[in-house]
Amino acid sequence: MELTKDEENALDGKQGETLALAYRTLVAIGEASNADRLIPIEWAHLSGVNYNTIGDAGKEFLSQLSRDATFKVKTTVNPMGFDFDSVSNYKLDDKFIENQRSIKNSYEKMGAIPSYSCIPYEIFDIPKQGTHVSFAESNAAIYANSFSGLKTNKEGAFSALASALTGKSPCSDLRDDDVRKPNLTIRMKIESRDELTYGMLGYFAGKVAGSSVALSGVNDLDRRSCKSLCAGMGTSGACGMFTFGEEEGEKIDFDKNEMQKIHDELNTSESGDLITLGSPQLGLEEIGDLALMLKGRKFQKRCMIFCPSAIKGQIRDLGYANEIEHAGGELLFDCCTCLSPLVDNKEVDSVVTNSVKGAYYLKTSNKVDVNLKSLKRIVQEETK
Amino acid sequence: MNVKVIVRGKAKGSLLVAKNPINFLGGIDKKTGIVHDKKHDLFGKSIGGKILAFPFGVGSSVGAYTLYSLKYNNCAPLAMICLKADLTTASGCAISNIPLVIASKDDYDLLQENKEVTLDAVEGKIL
Repeated sequence: MELTKDEENALDGKQGETLALAYRTLVAIGEASNADRLIPIEWAHLSGVNYNTIGDAGKEFLSQLSRDATFKVKTTVNPMGFDFDSVSNYKLDDKFIENQRSIKNSYEKMGAIPSYSCIPYEIFDIPKQGTHVSFAESNAAIYANSFSGLKTNKEGAFSALASALTGKSPCSDLRDDDVRKPNLTIRMKIESRDELTYGMLGYFAGKVAGSSVALSGVNDLDRRSCKSLCAGMGTSGACGMFTFGEEEGEKIDFDKNEMQKIHDELNTSESGDLITLGSPQLGLEEIGDLALMLKGRKFQKRCMIFCPSAIKGQIRDLGYANEIEHAGGELLFDCCTCLSPLVDNKEVDSVVTNSVKGAYYLKTSNKVDVNLKSLKRIVQEETK
Repeated sequence: MNVKVIVRGKAKGSLLVAKNPINFLGGIDKKTGIVHDKKHDLFGKSIGGKILAFPFGVGSSVGAYTLYSLKYNNCAPLAMICLKADLTTASGCAISNIPLVIASKDDYDLLQENKEVTLDAVEGKIL
């Protein structure tokens, strides 16, 4: 990689150990991904916030780093393990709470905006078309590339952190317009569609595609389906973006047969003890939708609904929160279905969700069975 | 031999050569540096204070923090040589300041257990 004189100096430690660490990380990842140089980025979104994902070693690392590190560009952060405002309502051990608090404090000390959200694209203003950003949350990276006109790789926790500290990222993969051009088209052959179908299309695409994929026969995406598609894709593979319409090169079909295989892989139960909605977190539009669907109905079991605290005031003011709570839904902020310690396999055997991403992590991390069905079916079958 | 530099630095020490890939999160005791994955060909050996050669890293990206813990607990390898650069190993070496290089398959096959070598991960050479 070619570095500027300033970058060389920082790498050599002439601007302190924190920047040396950050540049070592960018150069290591750049060399590993055949980047030729570093380029400026305007916004970093960090993963590795939930104590369940980074553990004690991650907590200690961030605590050390935060002694003298400051983020150089706008930096937002992924969800935590729980909502500090409501944690006393849940049986969570004090150690987890203290460890999570330490991680929260470290990020905020370095200058992170306390967004604790996996949908930064929905709660922040989007920079102008073509701007380079560094997003570590996979659904957010895919959404940013495919819908927001931004450019990012599907960053890891360390590359995004190093980008936040330096305002730079290795110029490789999806930062190159040639790589952004898909060489595989997936033809959507399912007629009846909802967010779950699109989540499974994403999960299929992630398994078979390279860095970028074209989707044909897709033209009716609402916000819920968009997010579900991005999250499904981010869960199963390395693919970091999609375009619409057919491209030159190989073409494969996503048909009933393929969809059934994915449903069989992720759906391991015909019912559940608990419902979770929100992986990715639900934004204002989806919460409004949900409030409307739940009017006059009541959940027959616990239902946890995850959203960013950025919309907390609005959903209260608009009456959505009241409507949802009246139906028995529990609104949780700053956290998400994925890797939440609030879903404990000592208390529940199986969980109902409409999220493909949620299903994957509930199975692999929380080790519970999953009843995967669309939001429409959840409201029909789980409320009265 | 010439190698590609991923994380810069210099080290001198004896080689520990693994046949299997390493899962840092699940396979290494971060307090001692001892390989505790029973299926691994280095099972029971310590990677601390050695120049560790292994094909590549596998498993969770959180494994990068294991390398940081090893360094913190003074039981990290002096340097590492891989066949290909995975992002977990690259990030882990970068945050822990452990020199990391990539060798070609032919060169990698020449690496001998216990041999004393000097690794120059600035110029990209192993002597």
